[in-house]
Order: sequence, then structure tokens, then C-alpha cells
Amino acid sequence: MKSIINGEKFKTLLKDGMSIMVGGFLTNGTPESLIDLVIESNVKDLTIICNDGGFPDKGVGRLVVNNQVKKIIASHIGTNPIIGSLMSEEKLEVELVPQGTLAERIRAFGAGLGGILTPTGLDTLVEEGKQIITIHNKKYLLEEALGADLALVGGAIADNYGNLKYNKTMRNFNPLIATACKVVVCEPLKIIAEINPENVITPHPFVDYIWVGEYND
Amino acid sequence: MTDKEIIASRIALELNDGDLVNLGIGIPTLVANYVPAGKTVTFQAENGIIGLGGLVEGETEIVNAGGMGASILEGGSFIDSATSFSFIRGGHIDITVLGALEVDQEGSLASWIIPGKKVPGMGGAMDLVTGAKIVIIATRHTNRGVPKILKKCSLPLTAAHQVNLIVTEMAVMEVKSDGLHLLEVHPDYSVDDVVKYTDADLIINDVHPMKGVN
Repeated sequence: MKSIINGEKFKTLLKDGMSIMVGGFLTNGTPESLIDLVIESNVKDLTIICNDGGFPDKGVGRLVVNNQVKKIIASHIGTNPIIGSLMSEEKLEVELVPQGTLAERIRAFGAGLGGILTPTGLDTLVEEGKQIITIHNKKYLLEEALGADLALVGGAIADNYGNLKYNKTMRNFNPLIATACKVVVCEPLKIIAEINPENVITPHPFVDYIWVGEYND
Repeated sequence: MTDKEIIASRIALELNDGDLVNLGIGIPTLVANYVPAGKTVTFQAENGIIGLGGLVEGETEIVNAGGMGASILEGGSFIDSATSFSFIRGGHIDITVLGALEVDQEGSLASWIIPGKKVPGMGGAMDLVTGAKIVIIATRHTNRGVPKILKKCSLPLTAAHQVNLIVTEMAVMEVKSDGLHLLEVHPDYSVDDVVKYTDADLIINDVHPMKGVN
């Protein structure tokens, strides 16, 4: 069985100022219990990387509301008005990244690449400060790869080896962040004996810990 | 028909049998209700569905790109966000339908930020407008009387020179290399009405009544 982690051990992984990638799309596939534990730990000055800003009472939005976030990197923050107001008060740094670029920057980091070339964002605010590279007469933006200290993976069905498959649309960014962080913790929806090897989406070497609730050791 | 229904039903006539289509949030979502009989269209949801079905109240395991409970059709698949945007950016989406704050006669679109006022973010819109083969804009013709179809967008762009077709409750307009052509006008309006409420320079030479409208 993959290393099981309880809440107490999980909290020892959390540090002020760290960067955390969180899976989920508008909180579909977001590991809410792990977010509960980050809130309990009250670590500060986090950089949160997630598709979106969630909601004030759900997903990574709760970390923002609890004043634990220094910077958020996301494609969309419109569902969490608190982020918008903190941003205009300059209390929170927000980096908006086109969703496809965000996904691919994370994938690139996990694959050992330095960055990607994408046409998305050309002639927009997104290209500011970035190199433009021409290949076969077509222009691309150079976007750097993006990794983080910790991945919080949700929406998964795990097996005893720590392999993961994902439940329905809960897959989204989860398998990507599992490749791009120093430590990867999964909060599975359930654990089964073995996932058919043909159906494994995240092979177990990507996963460091499986969190299974407070009372397991 | 309401303005939204007029726009959505007219855009649905642009869908071809076998197309892979991505619909944005708002009016674009309604296009799915008007797929012409006899045509099979596959819808993609950017959060990771090929073969998106209708809305399902109370569903939490399958959501669409607006986070609403949805369904997947037979033959469909769930994919991760990188694969989803390989479809989008890689030119595998035949048609995307998106909303607009502003759109201009050069085919540039502004839809993701009103500086100092509203900053929701671009989500998947920049990738969609950049990567889809055909970009259709579904929008009301004006914002309470103020034209949205401009000579040049004033708000920060989502993408430049990517829009192909603009459909409003008043008219259908196509962006071509020589400018913005007025193709169709809704029977409730005249060509002069359209010109009055459009800031862009319209090329008018062969205008028809809006298709699909009684």
C-alpha cells in the first residue's frame, strides 16, 4: 500500500510561503478535506495554482478568504468576488493565465520541459514581457513551465498501489498537477484493490501520499 | 422569440453534420437547443467532456464548463485539461460560439476584462478563439443602445483577427479580408436600423432576411 498520511502528518508538509497546486474545475474534483487541513494549519503567504478561484465557501477560495494566500495563479476568478476585491485593494497578487496555457505549463514542468510555445495570448495583455518566437512563419509566445512544492489531488479513485483513475469530470487538472510538484498528496473518493492497468491515469510513482481520513494510520 | 432565442437558433444553422463544437457560457449555451434535425453534432466542454449532453439538476460528478450539473452522451469521453486544450488549441474544434463585450470589423474580440471594473479572467476563451477553425460570436447588438460591434475594440483583446461570424438579434455579419459584411437582417429591423446601431463600417451589397426566423 502506498504511504498513507493522516491529518497530523499532512500538516507537517505545510510551510509558510510554499506554492501549492490544487486540482478541480469550479471545485469539481477539488480535495476539500485537504483544504480543510491547510486552513487548520493556518500556514501563510501561499502561492495557490488552480484552474479558478473557486467560491468564497468552497475550494481554494476558502484559503483566500482565510487570508492565507499571497498570490493566486488561475485562468478565471469570476466566481469568487473576494479575490476581485482583494486584488483591487492590492492585498492579493493575481496572475491570470489562459486555461490551455496553464494546463500546458504544468504538463511541461512535469515532463521536464522549460516551457511551451503557444499562439494563445498573442496581441493581448498576456504577451506583455514575454518572448515571441517565430517558427515556420508562425508566431508563438514563450510561456515558462510551472511547478510547485505541493500538489493536492482530488476526484480520484485510488488502488492499494497508489495508482489513480478519476471520477467523471473530476479529472481536469488533477493528473497534470500530480506530475509537476515536489510532493503529491491525493485525497481519493474511494480506494479499491487494483485498478486495471489499462485504466490507470496517474501511475503510482507520481503519488507520494494517500490521505484517507483522520483515523487511519 | 426572445433576442437570445433568435441568436441561438440562427447560429445553430451554421452547425454541420459531424462537427465538434464548443459553446461558451450564456447565450452560446442555448445553441445546443436548436441543432437542426438530421444533423449530429458533438459538443465539447472545456473542463473535460467530449460528447456533452444536457443539463442534469442535482448532478455533481459531471459538470459542464459553467460548473453546472450535466451529462455525457453515448460514445463520449472524459479527458484531462491538457487533452481538452489540445482539442481546442490544436485545431480539432470545428466551431466555437462565444459571447463578447466588444467585437470589431477586423475580427478582434474583447470578452474577458473591463479594467478597473471587472476582472473575471479569460478562462478558456483565449485558447478557443485562437484555436477553433470557425469562431462565431453570439451577442446582443448593443449594450443598452451602445454599439458593441465596433471599428476597433477599446477593451483589452481576447484575441486579434480570429472572429469569422457575428450573430445578433438584428443581424448576421461576416468578417472577411476586406471588412465586415452585412449578410442578413432580422425582419423586425431595416438595414438602416442595423447601420444606426453599429459602430463598425458595414459592407452592404447583398443582404437577405435572417434565416430560420419566421
